[in-house]
Amino acid sequence: MSQPTGAAGSEVFDPAALAHKRTRNLAEHVIGLLLFLCAAASTLITVGIVLVLLRETISFFSSVSLIDFLTDPQWTPLFQEKHFGILPLAAGSFMVAAGAAVVAVPTGLLTALFLSEYASERLRAFLKPTLEILAGIPTVVYGYFALTFVTPVLRALFPSTEVYNAAAASIVVGIMIIPTISSLSEDALRAVPSSLREGAYGLGATKLEVSTRVVLPAALSGVIAAFILGISRAIGETMAVTIAAGQMPNLTLNPLESIETMTAYIVQASLGDTPHGSIGYQTLFAVGMTLFLITLAMNIVSQLILSRFREAYQ
Amino acid sequence: MPTIYDIDTGGKAPALEARDLSVFYGSKVAVKEISLTIPANRVVALIGPSGCGKSTLLRCLNRMNDLVSGARVEGEVAFRGKNLYDTDVDPVEVRRRIGMVFQKPNPFPKSIYENTAFGPRINGFRGDLDSLVEQSLRQAALWDEVHDRLSDSAYALSGGQQQRLCIARTLAVKPEIVLMDEPASALDPIATQRIEELIYELKKEYTIIIVTHNMQQAARISDYTAFLYMGELIEYGPTESIFTNPREERTEAYVTGRFG
Repeated sequence: MSQPTGAAGSEVFDPAALAHKRTRNLAEHVIGLLLFLCAAASTLITVGIVLVLLRETISFFSSVSLIDFLTDPQWTPLFQEKHFGILPLAAGSFMVAAGAAVVAVPTGLLTALFLSEYASERLRAFLKPTLEILAGIPTVVYGYFALTFVTPVLRALFPSTEVYNAAAASIVVGIMIIPTISSLSEDALRAVPSSLREGAYGLGATKLEVSTRVVLPAALSGVIAAFILGISRAIGETMAVTIAAGQMPNLTLNPLESIETMTAYIVQASLGDTPHGSIGYQTLFAVGMTLFLITLAMNIVSQLILSRFREAYQ
Repeated sequence: MPTIYDIDTGGKAPALEARDLSVFYGSKVAVKEISLTIPANRVVALIGPSGCGKSTLLRCLNRMNDLVSGARVEGEVAFRGKNLYDTDVDPVEVRRRIGMVFQKPNPFPKSIYENTAFGPRINGFRGDLDSLVEQSLRQAALWDEVHDRLSDSAYALSGGQQQRLCIARTLAVKPEIVLMDEPASALDPIATQRIEELIYELKKEYTIIIVTHNMQQAARISDYTAFLYMGELIEYGPTESIFTNPREERTEAYVTGRFG
């Protein structure tokens, strides 16, 4: 440190005091570079994953036509008579995601409304972390919960239910994504300025009217983005559906039947003795790519909705 | 004891009467035992330095303070002889009769039409909503500027227009009393002037209680002025007396700009 020179003009001022300090500059550069490398690493890893997916997917499509992939109603790549139709797997994933949405969207939204508009600060401080514990339960536990608790209940209600079925998986995946939906929706609801709430109260609105007619519409795009993120998590969910929904590619709309989701197929095929470079091996990447494109599209949609959301109120 | 001049209610029942009204935030006293008679169809200004309790007092008059956690009210506010703080009184019903306009324009993120129609809709209005919206926007001196774009977002309006929309929104519920919390403080001088002219028109049909930190504004638009200082009512009377011939030294010091 140089000596302070006191009030202007009281001492001779050395212009060198304003010059760059070499060690400080060096440290700034090194830190800047380190931070850049960290940011670059995650970007490069993403790019790398996409490139690997792409390479194997391209070689997959050199032996299977895209039309067959998208229209063949059977998926039997590991059998003697091979069929490569993604539809049964995609239908399985969508059925689980739709079922999960039926469970999680209303529950998550009502929870968010309660936490944001109705709960006292003390209750909220207790409930919110409790709810977030749901997100911390390992997904394999959810899978066994589905198999050993939800499925027996379903079988008691609907005797035709198979041991492995889409419904049980939907229900637990739904429970799993409630925290995602309720937490993000609540953020959107709480971000609505309190001046809007006051304005509505000042017109003689009840709490229910304020919540449903002012706060929820104002936060709607954020809430919808939360739904989409939750549902895209449901599509990507692997462990619980592998355990509970079965491993039977099945083009059906009956949730009580055994099915296979895209993620469950990837688990099944990668655990098996599929030789490296074989067509069976390449299906992993084709399915992975499909899954990636679906969740990417959903994330982009939710980002688009969220960016509109910022303009929703002043 | 505060200095209170004769309040001429013109032979009519007062619009609102506060009796020994105190407000506490936790253990802090924000308003101390204020008694105040608000004559009908007059404009009453509440003035005083920041933190003197004028906004708190205003928010007690239609139970908006209920929404502040930790706020506690003692005393009475009589509206048509009924104490608004009686346990059988529903604050929602109070606010339908005693409306409020806020400091910052706070239109809903909806169209101009839907903003105006919001209050009537939630109050189960049956009748010609279009004409009620038009009438309310006309009363708020906004109709001519927006009649050809009622479906536009309220955010497309200027700040002054938004505030007049908020006034129209309040009038559409057909309240008897309108409380205004520094309604022009976020606006430019021209928009402020329009709001003031509007207040002058509105007192024919409504009783208006307005909080303002702008003393010229209080002098221009109000019939009665209450001066509050540190939670207490210091002086209340005809605006002219308060500004030209105050009886309390602190009032004189404040209105002549020596503090605050």
